Amino acid sequence: MSNELDYLSRRVAAGKLSRRDFLGRAAALGISAPFANSLLSSAARAAGPVKGGTLKAGLVGGESTNSLDPALMMTQVPFAFGKCWGEMIVELSPEGKLENRIAEEIGSSKDAKVWTLKIRDGVEFHNGKTVTADDVAATLERHSDEKSKSGALGYMKGIETIKANGKEVVLTLKEANADLPYLLSDYHLIVQPNGGKDKPDAGISAGPYVVKTNEPGVRHVGERFANYWQGDKMGHADQIEVVVINDATARTAALQGGQVNMINRVEPKIVDLIKRVPGVTIRNHAGPGHYVFIMHCNTAPFDNNDLRMALKLAIDREEMLNKVLRGYGSLGNDFPINSSYPLFTEIEQRKYDPDKAKFHYKKSGHDGTVLLRTSDVAFPGAVDASQLFQQSAAKAGIKIELKREPGDGYWNEVWNKQPFCASYWGGRSTQDQMYSTAYLSSADWNDTRFKRPDFDKMVLAARAELDEAKRKAMYHDMAVMVRDEGGLILPMFNQFIDATGAKVDGWVDDPHQELMNGYALAKCWLQA
Amino acid sequence: MSAPIVKLIAQRVALGILLLLAVSVLIFAGTQILPGDVAQAILGQSATPESLANLREQLGLNQPAYIRYFHWLGGVLTGDLGTAMSSGQDIATSIKERLWNTLFLAFWAAIVAIPLAIILGLIAVRYRNGWIDKLISGLALASTSFPEFFIGYLLVYFFAVKWQIFPAISTVYDEMSFGERMQAIVLPATALTLVVLAHMMRMTRAAILNVMQSAYVETAELKGLSAFAVIRKHAFPNAIAPIINVVMLNLAYLVVGVVVVEVIFVYPGMGQYLVDHVTKRDVPVVQAVGLIFAAVYISLNIIADIAAIVANPRLRHPK
Repeated sequence: MSNELDYLSRRVAAGKLSRRDFLGRAAALGISAPFANSLLSSAARAAGPVKGGTLKAGLVGGESTNSLDPALMMTQVPFAFGKCWGEMIVELSPEGKLENRIAEEIGSSKDAKVWTLKIRDGVEFHNGKTVTADDVAATLERHSDEKSKSGALGYMKGIETIKANGKEVVLTLKEANADLPYLLSDYHLIVQPNGGKDKPDAGISAGPYVVKTNEPGVRHVGERFANYWQGDKMGHADQIEVVVINDATARTAALQGGQVNMINRVEPKIVDLIKRVPGVTIRNHAGPGHYVFIMHCNTAPFDNNDLRMALKLAIDREEMLNKVLRGYGSLGNDFPINSSYPLFTEIEQRKYDPDKAKFHYKKSGHDGTVLLRTSDVAFPGAVDASQLFQQSAAKAGIKIELKREPGDGYWNEVWNKQPFCASYWGGRSTQDQMYSTAYLSSADWNDTRFKRPDFDKMVLAARAELDEAKRKAMYHDMAVMVRDEGGLILPMFNQFIDATGAKVDGWVDDPHQELMNGYALAKCWLQA
Repeated sequence: MSAPIVKLIAQRVALGILLLLAVSVLIFAGTQILPGDVAQAILGQSATPESLANLREQLGLNQPAYIRYFHWLGGVLTGDLGTAMSSGQDIATSIKERLWNTLFLAFWAAIVAIPLAIILGLIAVRYRNGWIDKLISGLALASTSFPEFFIGYLLVYFFAVKWQIFPAISTVYDEMSFGERMQAIVLPATALTLVVLAHMMRMTRAAILNVMQSAYVETAELKGLSAFAVIRKHAFPNAIAPIINVVMLNLAYLVVGVVVVEVIFVYPGMGQYLVDHVTKRDVPVVQAVGLIFAAVYISLNIIADIAAIVANPRLRHPK
């Protein structure tokens, strides 16, 4: 039987049998559809990518205010298009390993303070010039400069000197950091000629596609770069196109109508309906993103750990996961790390416990209501989730008063300003990055005002530790501290839910970001 | 044309220009009252006092408001709308394309909607209070009463998803041929037509019915003219002023009020452009777009006024 299936799936991969026929025959052989589908995709991968065609993505997260300057990339469209035209120094593989790109080799001194990047030979920019160590150094310099307003500035501040030396770039850090290569995989750090210092938004790098059309908020088109240095791995379609479709219904309709081959951010509540559409495949997988309710640890009444603990115990995570995310996610445990991070350790799951919540609430001595600010933009379903929180807390005798804030201005006026509100985090690639961004006393985005010198020391110590076992133990202790004493209520981790249309092949789930960490357009191909 | 009518028209135009100036003051003042200034908006939460001071100096924010207003107005009059804060692009260039797209869609929606509305209105008058009249009014009112997004989604569901006749998204761009463009805008133009149809149709019907009560129409009927001839020759010319007014109002709506339709059909027009920049507090763009919308609105109203004057003998020859 398996021989026959193998034969059939190879026939499909070769284009001699339609996908639907294959599924029909597989069913006749008594094979379930999901298994048959997985057989099919592995056969397609084995048959190798098909070159040619135009691959189109309809994505939410683009505005007419977007720019091609990698330093300013914030939302999904510039991010995904950037992965098409940009080339990175180093990237994370779907398995979470480091994958060298423009850096052929990365080495460090024993104390993890001096890092050397050896630059690969023969990588070419879209303008015909060869990528040199100077370009890489200039790129890093530009992103370390306050004036560039780079989204990577936070990490880049930790680099003291950047020197190009022949074929090498030498980085000296202010403090030891064992995670430096991971930081260099930040999506802002696209290598540009002379670091983009001449014209930051020129859209020239060494990625698999050359920018052909750039209409911010409307569409972005790339044409295959003939001299791409690893053309066997990426850049299969002749042309790729990102169409900005911010409306969820329009996005789904465009996929169903065949105007685009893939979309991002399918709403959990319609996933089950979309699944039934012929040709459409839902691509959902766990990532580091999470939905949160954040309390300022230094603002009354949340400066009392018993009140914080009461609220953490008064949230029904299971119910929220099932009702808001329809199960497309996993339970949160009040610290921002899950199994998609390296060096993660499981900690006992916190459960909904109205009695214990009541106990802590009484002990806190707080009386009256607690004001929770929420908004549609905080995360998809935030208002519903807040109402569920309100109800589950009421059973523990805690009165939560909800205030619905307008979406416009939520991130300027409410988040990181008001003491208790709903929000989300996209996650980072390492634990150190996540903790440094939002839990260090000095972090701009410390949105729980978790200011603990003892915790800061642990972060710095773990960062400099090269022994993995020791580091893992340190991260465990940090997680316990945030979980039991921090201001974070983390009911659930969300999943990335993308969808592809008929004929799209080569998809590999990547836990780092949606759309295969942004590489879906560059790495997928259209079946012949 | 006689002298008084030229004078009347000149008066209207002058009044329109004055109004536009007043609006420009309002827009400028309104964006000044917004909390925080442009420099703060650009630098965001990480602003340091020195960088704020530098940027204010650079943008000329230290000058008094009235000087900045005239500076801005001078720029606008010479076609220089400034650069967008958020992306650093020249506003005039980016607006040109968006405005062209918006006008393209509005034009084709109007080409369909206006004759259709007027003809339907005439037919409704001809068969007034009969079942045809009731059917036309009922359908038109129904299509207007539904919110635009509902009509939009219905069209997408049937024409794009179910039957796959037209594309679900209407992104248009330079390399498209005219035919491709037309195919792309069929659904949004239909949605817009359905939205504006009833207002114009009902106004046509009401205005003509009003005239139909007059003695000269009775005379025309007694002369033995056919019902349509009476409407066309005697009633319609006398009812045209209010109809033009409504048509112009709806035209203005097609240009300035179609954000929802743009979002549903992913059409790159002015509405989406404005909304994006409002959320980014990109004041120069908001001012520029606000002024353009005001200009469109005012000029269409002037045209309506002038057309009404020209069409009405009593206004043409005031005693």
